[in-house]
Amino acid sequence: MKTKSKAVKISPKRAVAASAHAVVPLKERRLNFGNKWDFAPAPEESKNYVIASQHELFINGKFVAPHSGKYFDSINPATEEKLTEIALGDEVDVDTAVKAARRAYDKVWGKMPGRERGKYLFRIARIIQEKMRELAVLESMDGGKPIKETRDVDLPIVAAHFFYHAGWADKLQYAFPGRTPRPLGVVGQIIPWNFPLLMAAWKIAPAIACGNTVVIKPSKTTSLTLVRLAQIFQEAGLPDGVVNVITGVGGTGDAIVRHPDINKIAFTGSTEIGKQLAQITAGTGKKLTLELGGKAANIVFEDAPIDQAIEGVIAGIYFNMGHVCCAGSRLLVQESIYAKVVKKLRDRIQTLRLGNPLDKNTDIGAINNKPQLEKIRELVQCGVAEGAELVQSSCALPAKGYWYPPTFLTGVTASHRVAQEEIFGPVLSVMTFRTPEEAFERANNTPYGLSAGVWTDKGSKIFKMVNKLRAGVVWANTFNKFDPTSPFGGYKESGFGREGGVQGLGAYCRLD
Amino acid sequence: MKAAALSKRERPEVSIRQSAFGIRNSPVPTVDQVMVEERAASFAKRSIKTSAKLAGLKMTVAMCDLTTLEGKDTPGKVAYLCRKALQPIEAKYSVPNCAAVCVYPNMVKYARNFLGAVSPVNIAAVATGFPSGQYPLRTKLEEVRRTVADGADEIDMVIDRCAFLAGDHAKVFDEIAATKEACGPAHLKVILETGELVTYDNVRLASEIAMQAGGDFIKTSTGKVSPAATMPVTLVMLEAIRDYFFATGIRIGMKPAGGIRTSKQALAYLVMVKETLGDDWLNPQMFRFGASTLVNDVLMQIVKNVEGNYQGPDYFSLP
Repeated sequence: MKTKSKAVKISPKRAVAASAHAVVPLKERRLNFGNKWDFAPAPEESKNYVIASQHELFINGKFVAPHSGKYFDSINPATEEKLTEIALGDEVDVDTAVKAARRAYDKVWGKMPGRERGKYLFRIARIIQEKMRELAVLESMDGGKPIKETRDVDLPIVAAHFFYHAGWADKLQYAFPGRTPRPLGVVGQIIPWNFPLLMAAWKIAPAIACGNTVVIKPSKTTSLTLVRLAQIFQEAGLPDGVVNVITGVGGTGDAIVRHPDINKIAFTGSTEIGKQLAQITAGTGKKLTLELGGKAANIVFEDAPIDQAIEGVIAGIYFNMGHVCCAGSRLLVQESIYAKVVKKLRDRIQTLRLGNPLDKNTDIGAINNKPQLEKIRELVQCGVAEGAELVQSSCALPAKGYWYPPTFLTGVTASHRVAQEEIFGPVLSVMTFRTPEEAFERANNTPYGLSAGVWTDKGSKIFKMVNKLRAGVVWANTFNKFDPTSPFGGYKESGFGREGGVQGLGAYCRLD
Repeated sequence: MKAAALSKRERPEVSIRQSAFGIRNSPVPTVDQVMVEERAASFAKRSIKTSAKLAGLKMTVAMCDLTTLEGKDTPGKVAYLCRKALQPIEAKYSVPNCAAVCVYPNMVKYARNFLGAVSPVNIAAVATGFPSGQYPLRTKLEEVRRTVADGADEIDMVIDRCAFLAGDHAKVFDEIAATKEACGPAHLKVILETGELVTYDNVRLASEIAMQAGGDFIKTSTGKVSPAATMPVTLVMLEAIRDYFFATGIRIGMKPAGGIRTSKQALAYLVMVKETLGDDWLNPQMFRFGASTLVNDVLMQIVKNVEGNYQGPDYFSLP
């Protein structure tokens, strides 16, 4: 029985009943999200976790000083305070690391039976679970992410990826029926700043499960937790050289990509860099997988469960301050419910709590770095200059640190810059459509194709949309759900190759 | 006929909203189970500490409908309940009185006798063939009228689930409207008994009917059916209240009842109210807890917050 087709009969008795109520005039019908019952600060304990003043490179199972002797500062984006100094790796360090990785591959890891490799991965996964709280706190301090997310999303998925791939290590031959999977050799990996540990897990776990060895470089702004992960590798007794961590800047990554003895490059980051990598690796025989930007459409039909769709839209764009490549940054609303949805969004962003990332009640943390904050500001200004209407939460921003309030732009059309470019911040562009055909046409009208969301009560409509949308993942009546068993990756300028699931394993194997 | 003549023809002034078409097609929003449960769970993750905790706990006491609904209820038991509601704990903790006591119709006169004609504690009575509602409308209305005459300030009616599940929503509506009329000056809370409606879509539709038919409050459960109040069910009802407020300008109250036993649960409900409907609903006029054992757990936490250590259960008077 469909409830939505039912109508409620208005009885004449209604008039009598209603007269008892005070009626608020139309213009005053607003929800009041004030401070009547304000939450007291609830900071996660952080003083027990000591951050060393200097962090070295991790090469061949040992922490070593960089060849250049240089270090750079790592700061907490929520306070702009210096957290620690990170070693600046250069070509020489990269070369040492690649040699160590090659040696480990030839002598130990490449030859080790899968069931033995699996034991190391299981051990790593368990240690991560044990140290989950500490890692979550460090991740929050280093990247500005709210503790609620690092604790409940990042770290559990990090552990899940190691567990999942530990299970595959001795079953690889069953993953590809009729083929014999063999490791590729030494893998160079470059990961972004939005999910530092999670991206490390996505990259390292399948690579070493398949028998490869790794040279990995984190983003300049978020090196801390990957170095901490290297300590966990040490603690787990992972053979020397299987995973090497080279911290540094853009040039360090360049050295990894250009190194002649690397068999595969896996990169997650901006489309701009991804294109350069494709050029550099072309003709070298290096395998390449790219996971790049996105401008995902979250499509809300008029028959959607609207209050839940709003939650999905909020999670889709404000999760991790919008620093998510698969963020639902374009909201496509069916025109008939546009006003209703905008009103609900307006109320909902008022209840998002912005502030200290270590406070357990914080929903919106700090923007990861200053250049990103400036880019967000510039793009929003451009949207307003092009005629979009700006709606922002009235929440107060802390005086120090990099902050941007939850924001959405209404009246956006396909030819606005904010509808085309990836903002990578807490900024949603709200657009309309009229029919399902127009919805997928507009959703696909982007150079990207990483993710999409569909909100409707009608199952058949979901399947129709899923078949028409050109996106690596389509979420139906939910958003931003990640699982190690599910492949993740994009179409078009969002990259190629998949991470997670059987498809993700394939990217780290040669199939004979 | 020429076009000009057509356009000149007189048309009656009917807005589509008032037309039969508009009424038949005014949709009741659907609810997605997975996402509503996920959202409801997120409120419980809020960390309520120190001053916020104390304020929240005191607010909880003030919102309590202290309840006894048993066949073995007697004037003596009702006296215990009324006194507890008037003064839940020693005055030095400055804890407010409970909003109301909630009793069976036959107990109303004893409660009124104890509390006096004017009292800060309201008397709420369950009625309309509570808890099943499987009685003729005539006797239900008579029951309501007598209970109000005995001194009840609030009537907690049950909807006719038989009619609802059989698809006769008009009957459900008309019964509520008739009960509202029978209430006279008394406030009407409409119990949906969500544990018997089962789906969130049903809960949403029943909320809509109850509000449109004239209920002042909507209430989850009788407490006699399991599951009683849950966070997701309450969230669906709060969302219905929100949409109804925007559409009509009328603020409907909410009362989750049954199964809320701990301070932690109560605070999670308050967070949900705060972040769904805002400050205007954070008061006993707009939000109530229907509970019998909740109060002493809350008081225990209040004392812990003030004194720094826990007292055993025997240090708190039984209702």
